[in-house]
Amino acid sequence: MALTKNQIAQRIAKEVKDGYYVNLGIGIPTLVANFVREDIDVEFQSENGVLGMGPFPFEGEEDPDVINAGKQTITALPGASFFDSATSFAMIRGQHVDLTILGAMEVAQNGDIANWKIPGKMVKGMGGAMDLVASAENIIVAMMHTNKAGASKMLSKCSLPLTGVNCVKKVVTNLAVLAIENNSFKLLERAPGVSVQEIQAATEGDLIVEGEIPEMTF
Amino acid sequence: MITKTVSNVEEACHGVKDSMTFMLGGFGLSGIAENCIAQLVKLGVKDVTCISNNAGVDDFGLGLLLQKKQIRKMISSYVGENAEFERQMLSGELEVELIPQGTLAQRCQAAQSGIPAFYTPAGYGTEVAEGKESREFNGKMHIMEHAFKADFAFIKAWKGDTAGNLIFKGTARNFNPNMCGAAKITVAEVEELVPAGELDPNQIHVPGIFVQRIFQGERYEKRIENLTVRKRD
Repeated sequence: MALTKNQIAQRIAKEVKDGYYVNLGIGIPTLVANFVREDIDVEFQSENGVLGMGPFPFEGEEDPDVINAGKQTITALPGASFFDSATSFAMIRGQHVDLTILGAMEVAQNGDIANWKIPGKMVKGMGGAMDLVASAENIIVAMMHTNKAGASKMLSKCSLPLTGVNCVKKVVTNLAVLAIENNSFKLLERAPGVSVQEIQAATEGDLIVEGEIPEMTF
Repeated sequence: MITKTVSNVEEACHGVKDSMTFMLGGFGLSGIAENCIAQLVKLGVKDVTCISNNAGVDDFGLGLLLQKKQIRKMISSYVGENAEFERQMLSGELEVELIPQGTLAQRCQAAQSGIPAFYTPAGYGTEVAEGKESREFNGKMHIMEHAFKADFAFIKAWKGDTAGNLIFKGTARNFNPNMCGAAKITVAEVEELVPAGELDPNQIHVPGIFVQRIFQGERYEKRIENLTVRKRD
């Protein structure tokens, strides 16, 4: 069975290690915070200017001056800090953030990513995504393997305007965990019950399959 | 002591003209200069360029200026949540330059600090890099970005004093400190204006030297764009 969005987030949460500062993008990445082990210490950064982001406030305790990059009302945990936008991107560009998790519309086998524009259809802007992908050492992309029409989003070359080049190292989709190595997608794990053939069929780019591919565990 | 206070928003926006470039602080609707935006709408200045991370929503923030078709060009990183914006952009009435968020902040800070240009990896290999000088540093490609030039910066702070010193609250800080002193005239509106000496100098986020005019704003609405709460157990 292909994973739900929550299960994608749950699988990615296993990549979050003790002591990490983590930036979560909008969409599936935001859900990752719900699945991080409670026995490790992690701080979430939101690029609009908070480190140590906590859960949503209780009803009636929301503060219009405390939001995340998705403009949702949030809380700040003990040890949190607020800062200006230039400082926030100093954390990002300066590689002080350990892990960046973001969504994408397309990923290519050379690590290119496209997630900000569909010419003639959707132009909302890149927000902080270009800064994040250009600088982060450790980027995980959370996305669906194919679009609603069934066309692959794991491509030999991106068709949409790029957000960054040669930057993605790992992709977790509803079907598989893939590493980007030697200009190919290397299959690391399968979603439970999903066959290598199904993943192969849903991947337009070059897929490398070496040996037995284990099923994901959560 | 040098005093920066002006008595009201009219005085604060004195000198604003058609075709000027404005910097406006805020992320979404958080930390926007509500009083100054209302005054710009009232003054009816036209053909202005706005440097602001976002463009407000249809009926609040910079959306108010868009409704009146006062903006000729927007320089932003993210412009979702605004149908009128999208309509004007697709019809070609509004010129839009989308740039990476960190680059936006740094171009403000560069203007504030007298740095004419800088290199950043953000946008290399994308359409953002088109027409820009690129250069390799430490084995990685970067593009050159220039400091902004603006006529007015409109800043919203939590507290300020008569010397122009500012303190921000929460994530309403965002681009505001980076825009202070980055335009020819910086106007700061604050929720609470106190006499100089009342704010602890150790707690000041922006020193008054970067601010030319300060006033206490009225009737802050502080609209929440995306209310998210959890239930009590």
